[in-house]
Amino acid sequence: MSLLLIILLPFLGSVLPALMIRSSRNACAVAAGSVNTLALALLLTQIPAVLRGETPRADWNWIPRLGLDVGLYVDGWGLLFAGLILGIGLLVVIYARFYLSAADAMGNFYTYLLLFQGAMVGIVLSNNVLLMLIFWELTSLSSFLLIGFWGHTPAGRQGARMALAVTGLGGLALIGGMLMIGRIAGSFDWTDILASGDLIRESPHYSWALGLVLIGCFSKSAQFPLHFWLPHAMAAPTPVSAYLHSATMVKAGIFLLARSWPVLSGTPQWFYVVTSVGLATMVLGACIALFQDDLKGLLAYSTISHLGLMTMLLGLSTASAVVACVLHLINHAAFKAALFMNTGIVDHETGTRDVRRLGGLIGLMPVTATLGIVAAASMAGLPPLGGFLSKELMLEETAHTRFLASSWLLPALATFAAIASFGYSLRYVTRIFFGPPRDDYPRPPHDPPGGLGLAPFVLVAVAVLLGLFPESFAGTPVRVASAAVIGGPVPEFHLALWHGWTPPVWMSIIAVLGGTFAVAWHGGLAEVWGRIPKPQAKPLFDASILRLTSGSRRLAEGLHNGSLQRYLFVMIATGWLAGLVAFIRHDFAIGTRPVLPVNPVILVGWVLLIAACVLVVVIRHERLLALIVVNVIGLIASLLFIYLSAPDLALTQISVEVVTLILMLLALYFLPKQSLEELSTFARTRNAILAGLVGLGAGGLTWATMTRDFESLSEFYWREALPRSGGANVVNVILVDFRGFDTFGEIMVLGIAALIIFALLDGMLRGPVQGKLASWSSGERYSPSRHPLVMVVVTRLMLPLSLMVSAFIFMRGHNLPGGGFIAALVVSIALIMQYMASGFGWAAKQVRVDYHALIGGGALIAGATGIAAMVLDLPFLTSGFRHFHLPVIGDFELSSAMAFDLGVFLTVVGGVMLALAQLSYLGESTNREAVNEEPMDYRPGASTQPSRSTRREV
Amino acid sequence: MEWLVASAVAAMSAAGVYLTLSARTFTVVIGLTLMTYATNLFLFTTGRLAINQPDIIVDLSQPHADPIPQALVLTAIVISFGMTAVILAMAVRGYFESEGDHVDLLGQVAAEAARVEETEFATAESRQAAAGPSPAGSEERP
Repeated sequence: MSLLLIILLPFLGSVLPALMIRSSRNACAVAAGSVNTLALALLLTQIPAVLRGETPRADWNWIPRLGLDVGLYVDGWGLLFAGLILGIGLLVVIYARFYLSAADAMGNFYTYLLLFQGAMVGIVLSNNVLLMLIFWELTSLSSFLLIGFWGHTPAGRQGARMALAVTGLGGLALIGGMLMIGRIAGSFDWTDILASGDLIRESPHYSWALGLVLIGCFSKSAQFPLHFWLPHAMAAPTPVSAYLHSATMVKAGIFLLARSWPVLSGTPQWFYVVTSVGLATMVLGACIALFQDDLKGLLAYSTISHLGLMTMLLGLSTASAVVACVLHLINHAAFKAALFMNTGIVDHETGTRDVRRLGGLIGLMPVTATLGIVAAASMAGLPPLGGFLSKELMLEETAHTRFLASSWLLPALATFAAIASFGYSLRYVTRIFFGPPRDDYPRPPHDPPGGLGLAPFVLVAVAVLLGLFPESFAGTPVRVASAAVIGGPVPEFHLALWHGWTPPVWMSIIAVLGGTFAVAWHGGLAEVWGRIPKPQAKPLFDASILRLTSGSRRLAEGLHNGSLQRYLFVMIATGWLAGLVAFIRHDFAIGTRPVLPVNPVILVGWVLLIAACVLVVVIRHERLLALIVVNVIGLIASLLFIYLSAPDLALTQISVEVVTLILMLLALYFLPKQSLEELSTFARTRNAILAGLVGLGAGGLTWATMTRDFESLSEFYWREALPRSGGANVVNVILVDFRGFDTFGEIMVLGIAALIIFALLDGMLRGPVQGKLASWSSGERYSPSRHPLVMVVVTRLMLPLSLMVSAFIFMRGHNLPGGGFIAALVVSIALIMQYMASGFGWAAKQVRVDYHALIGGGALIAGATGIAAMVLDLPFLTSGFRHFHLPVIGDFELSSAMAFDLGVFLTVVGGVMLALAQLSYLGESTNREAVNEEPMDYRPGASTQPSRSTRREV
Repeated sequence: MEWLVASAVAAMSAAGVYLTLSARTFTVVIGLTLMTYATNLFLFTTGRLAINQPDIIVDLSQPHADPIPQALVLTAIVISFGMTAVILAMAVRGYFESEGDHVDLLGQVAAEAARVEETEFATAESRQAAAGPSPAGSEERP
């Protein structure tokens, strides 16, 4: 549990700074620091167990079917890393409190920082690889927020985008590689994967998996040629650079390389790829760093170089190289974070971090200068500091490694990098702190207040102690962490400053001399360096991003050009072709099922229907007429349903027909009533051919279906409807009982559709459309007698009758044609008639039910009947029924399906009424004559008065 | 009888497709309505035609109409009403938003694309301009 807490604490605690910033900046920093300290303390409690050689574990199932579990463990390597993350994190929290100015959003900063911290700790403590990948992506995201913290500067935004693009793409590759490894090993747990190294190395997919994993690691750890994002990420505030870009995030790649070292290393592919990339990164990074004038740029390239060093050591595939890598990781974290913070102080106090504008600060800022000099000396690899030890170990490793069939190539290049490394360290020191004091600083420099200097002081002290007492301070952590990385016995080693006149000592002396000359002749060298043509990463990156986006936009716009006619044509034609392919690929035989005789009355209906279809195409530009003809077709369809033994369908179709007609009429009120032909003859011919083909296909399919015998599930429903659901109307029983869940989905869709309509139309009552609507007039002349007396009276007389009919249809639905759907449509029609006869203003005032509530209530009732079954430990929507006997009324039946049908009824009424009422309400907002609030134009009893009309306020 | 139903489906779907492919919203909605009729009728016929047969249980052994396609079509009718209503609402809103009831957005899409392209290039240029004095990007300095 405490393992999970270590990870969760930063995540949960990340809300605190955002809240505490309201009280004060100190409270905010204290909150962030407390969360961090607590997590660190929890981590420290794990140390005894790890030192005993145990690996504390914690496992929870998350999505076992995917192999994704919350599996955590802490071994020596994870412990070392988590310690670095939380320890340096705490120092960064303190440092940032004093570094950030009052104008910076400190709450956001600490929130992002804690999010990042949690993700980072998650990476190093995950046992489950998939979980680790999630945290890996989270570090990319949270570092995006941190790099772009100064989002008001273009450099901040672009640097953050670039870092996200590069590390995000690398993360994708890593996911691929890790999935392959997990598949080969048959498990996504590190403990299992680490145990199946031979299996993975011998797998035919090894090279692919290795390549993908390496891309992920190299992009995160800024290895050549994916290193270019790191210098641009320096646009971040310095605490972020110190934390992410020296101590933690960029080392995630190193962490993973080391973690998978027992599994992936030892092959020629690993040796050559990892060693070469590391070597190239180390040499190039060091050279570029030598010629940087921006202090943070110098440190960024130096970081790249040192990351390359560690990568190279891992690439060498020997256990002693791993030891050197682990030691250098600790050293680098100490001195590089200290240098970043020191640079931040210089920048903060002088207002510049350009070496050409700095110099002589040792007299003005003695404490800062001392800290900077010591840390830089460690970076340069000078005794008696930590950096010297690990550099010596690194040189020792290279000295006896054959690389590309040569025994001198690797040591020579390593020495060359060491020369450059000494050079830029020396330059860092001499150009800032020594030289003539200047008086043209943007701000008068002085040593910072205690808080800002505390963190670098602690780190420098660590660097010194690591050098002076290596065995007592670094011995145990290095041994424990190396043992975890190697997964076997750690080679014997003794950390000491002096081992005698070994080759590394001579190489170091060459480095010191070479580096000194490089700084002495820096002007000339810089000129030569400037003449060497170098590919510019950022313009290349920007150009390729631009090409990608414009290319994808062109592609998207080419396909998705906004022409609905084209989309529909393509979709319909594709559907038709798919049908044709299926038809051709199978044998076809004429069906043998006997056909039914033709009834002459039906023949008349058929002639009408065909004629109406032709007519509607011919008169399509006279929209009102076309609408009426379409409804004729609908009516014929409902007659057909009656004839074909489907009374439920006929009832539904005819009531929907009425509602649809009213809806279309309302919509047509707002739309043009006529249109002109605007399609070319070619387009019309093309459309007609497609329409004809679709007609042939649909008709043929229908005919072929009907002339074949078939097996159907129907017999089951027919047999079981009465015994299982107590209903004789099988259609209704299927709807509300057997397939009740489908119907539940259907009414949800209908309810949502009604809400969409409401949203679409309600949005017209505000915004720019509102003005247009207000001045809009249909331009048609309507009858002056808008609410005829006869209609008003008849509809009102009809209303209770309709409601009763509806109740009747509803009640009998379980046993006879009817049911919730039809009853709801009947009620809707009766209500709409009131709107039509007496006007919207009057009708809306009479309605005391909110249609939204009706939709929601219906859905709730339907859902509740389902859940009631679950309470009784039955599956969702299981129905029950019972027969009752009442005196006078007689036998009747109550069924839970009826409650469900009530839900259907309410939702459908609500949905239909909401859509129609909203559409008619829209008419109220147009520029038309006043709307009555009285039900009739003519008021009985006040016959001489004109109708009292008032303009409705909207 | 089967021929009549099949040709009715053919006629309604052909007319429906033709109208759906037209250029104005209301005509498209009418076309969709016709296609709905055709589709519903086709779905219904998958239970085969039955004349004068009960779909209510009177006698279990008696021949009867197939209830499954009926249940399917019943919900299909209600849902297609809901969808028609949504499309109509979109047509009305679109008509007021865009000064016309044409279904194609060719002009708007092209204009939007040009606008985006322009800003994209403008940012790219300013990016290049900003890269010079960028505090960190010293690698690019000439």
